Amino acid sequence: MEMWITQLFNGLSVSSILLLIALGLSITFGLMGVINMAHGEFIMIGSYAAYLTQNLFKELLPKSAFDSYFLVALLASFLVAFAIGYLLEILLIRHLYGRPLDSLLATWGVGLVLQQIARSIFGAPNVAVNSPSWLNGGLHVMDGIDLPYKRLFIIALVAICLAAMYVYINRSHSGRRMRAVMQNREMAACLGISTRRVDGMTFAIGSGIAGIAGCALTLIGPIGPNIGTYYIVDAFMVVVLGGVGKLVGTVLGALGIGVFNTMFEWWSTASLGKVFVFICIVAFLQWKPKGLFAVRTRQLD
Amino acid sequence: MTGWTGLWSDRRRVWLLLGYAAAAAALFAAPLYLSDFRLNLLAKFLAFAIVALGLDLLWGYTGVLSLGHGVFFGLGAYAMGMHLKLTASGGRLPDFMDWSGLAKLPWFWQPFKYFPVAVLLGILIPSLLALFLGFFTFRNRIKGVYFTILTQALVIIVTTLFVGQQAYTGGTNGLTGFTKLLGSPLRSDSMKTALYLATVIALIAAYALCRYLTKSRMGKVLRAIRDGENRVRFLGYNPATYQMATFAVSGALAGLAGMLFVLHVGIISPSMMGIVPSIEMILWVAIGGRGTLVGALIGALALNYAKSGLSEAYPEIWTIFLGLLFIVVTVFLPGGIAGLIRKGAESLRNKTGRRNEHESGVHPVLRGSNRSV
Repeated sequence: MEMWITQLFNGLSVSSILLLIALGLSITFGLMGVINMAHGEFIMIGSYAAYLTQNLFKELLPKSAFDSYFLVALLASFLVAFAIGYLLEILLIRHLYGRPLDSLLATWGVGLVLQQIARSIFGAPNVAVNSPSWLNGGLHVMDGIDLPYKRLFIIALVAICLAAMYVYINRSHSGRRMRAVMQNREMAACLGISTRRVDGMTFAIGSGIAGIAGCALTLIGPIGPNIGTYYIVDAFMVVVLGGVGKLVGTVLGALGIGVFNTMFEWWSTASLGKVFVFICIVAFLQWKPKGLFAVRTRQLD
Repeated sequence: MTGWTGLWSDRRRVWLLLGYAAAAAALFAAPLYLSDFRLNLLAKFLAFAIVALGLDLLWGYTGVLSLGHGVFFGLGAYAMGMHLKLTASGGRLPDFMDWSGLAKLPWFWQPFKYFPVAVLLGILIPSLLALFLGFFTFRNRIKGVYFTILTQALVIIVTTLFVGQQAYTGGTNGLTGFTKLLGSPLRSDSMKTALYLATVIALIAAYALCRYLTKSRMGKVLRAIRDGENRVRFLGYNPATYQMATFAVSGALAGLAGMLFVLHVGIISPSMMGIVPSIEMILWVAIGGRGTLVGALIGALALNYAKSGLSEAYPEIWTIFLGLLFIVVTVFLPGGIAGLIRKGAESLRNKTGRRNEHESGVHPVLRGSNRSV
C-alpha cells in the first residue's frame, strides 16, 4: 500500500515536470507548426540562470537572504529563456513556417550550438544548485510515506503555471488572439491580428515556461549542458499522445506517460519500462492517431 | 528548342555513364593508391553512404523523415558483431556473459553462429522492425512530424534497452574484441582490402537498387506521396503500402551498412546508434541534397571527411559547426550540394544559351506541400 502511494506520487512528480516542458511545445506546434528541438536547451538555460542567481546571492548578499534566492531564480529563469526564445523566433523560426520537418532539423542545430556554448562557459561536468532550506524535509503522511517538499513544491508550481496559462489563453486579449491564429491563421490575419507578433510572443512564452521547468529541475539534481536532451523526447511523446493545441490533452498526456513510466519501471527494470510505455503509446495511437484531443479541422493537406 | 533538349539529354546520358564509370574505377582502384589508414576510413564512410542512400529514398523521395536509422544501422551492426563475438570466443561463452553470470548462450544468440544466417538476420531484423513500425503508423496516417518523433523515441528505447540488458548485449561497452571472419584474421591487409571491395560492391548494388526504384513507376508514386499524399490516395493508390515498403528497404540498407561498419571498425556500442548519430545521418542527406541519390553519397562522404578532419583537432568547434550546418542547410540551402551544382550548371547553360526547361528548379507543388498542420 505504502509502495503504491509512493510510486503514484513519484509518477505525479515526473508528470508535472513533463507537463511543464510539453506545455510550450504543444502550443508552438499547434500554433505555428514548428517543432522546436531546442526546447530542451531552454530548460538548460533556465537551469543555468538559476545557478547564476544562486551564485550571485552567495557572493553579494548576506547569508540570511540566501533562502529567498529561489523565488528570484524562478523569475530570472523565465525572463532569460523568454528573451532568448523571442530572439530565436525572430532570427530563425520565422523563416521556417509551414515546414515542420525543416524546423525540426534547424532547431536541433540550434540546440547543439547552445549546448556547446554552455559547455564552453560552465564546463562539461554537472554543477549543483543548493536548494533553499525551506524546501528540505518532507511532509509526513503516514508510516512509511514521506512526501518531499521539493516535489510537492514542483507540483504546486506546475499547477500555478497551468492555471496562469489557462487564464492567459482563455481570458486575456493576447491569449484570445493566440487561439484565433491557431484556429484559422488567414482569417485572424484578415481581422487585423498581427500574426507575426502573436507567433513571436507565443514562442517566447513557451520558451519561458521551459526555463521555469529548468529552474525546477535544479531542485531534483545537479544540472549539466545535456540536461534538456534527457527530457525532450518524453516531452514530445506527451505532445503526440495528448494531441495538439488543447491544454487538457497535454495535461492528460503528461499524466499518462509520467505515471505509466514510473509504474512500469517499478514493475520491471528502467529499460524495459520505457519499451512498455512506447508500445502502449503506439497501441494508443492506433485508436486515436491524432492524439487524445485534436483540434478538429477540415483541412486536408 | 526540342532538338537542343534531345541532344542535351543524349549528351547528358553519355556524360553520366562516363561519370559513373570513372567513380567506380576510382573506388575499385583505391587500395592501390591509399594508405591502410585512409583505406579503412574510406571504407567506413562508404558504409555510411549506404545508409544515406536508404535515408534519401525515404526522406528525399517519399518525404518521410526518420530519426531512427541509427537503430536499424545498430541492429545490423549488432548482428554481425554477435557472429564475430561468437567466433572470437571459440565455442565458449562470450566474456561479458561470463561476467554477468550467464550459464549458457541465450537462444537468440544461437543462430548467429553461422555467418550466412547472421548476414541474413542483419538485413532482415532491421527491415522487419521498420515494416512493423511502419505498419502501425502509416496505415493510421500517423505521418509527418508525429512519425519523426516516434522514430526518435524508438532510438531512445532501443539504446536504453541495449545498455540495460548487459548480460545479453554487452551493455555500454557493446561488442568488441573480434578476431576472425570466416577463418581468416580480421586485421590482416588482404582481409581489409577484401572488406573494402565488398563495401564498394555493396554500395554500388545499393545505388543500383535505389536508382532502379526511383526511376521506376514506384519512384513516381513515392515522389507523388511526398508532394501531395491525399491526391495520391484519391488516385487510387494506397500511400501506406509504398511508405512501408520504402521504410523497410531503407531499414535493410541501414542494417547492411551497419554490418560492414562493424567489420571495418571492430566495435559496436549503443552510443553509435543513439540520437546524435541518427540525426547526423539525416544531415548527410540534407547537406548532399535530398531527392538526389548522388547528393546523398556526396553528403555522407563530405561530412564524414570534414568530421574526421575537424573533430579530432577541435571537438568543440565540430559540434558548433555541425549545429550551424543544420541551420544553414535548412534555411538557405534546402537543395544541398547537389542543388548548388544543379543551379550552377543551369546558370552556365543559360549563359551559353542552352536552356533546359524541364530542370528549372523545384516544382511549385513542392514548396507548400510540407504543410501538415
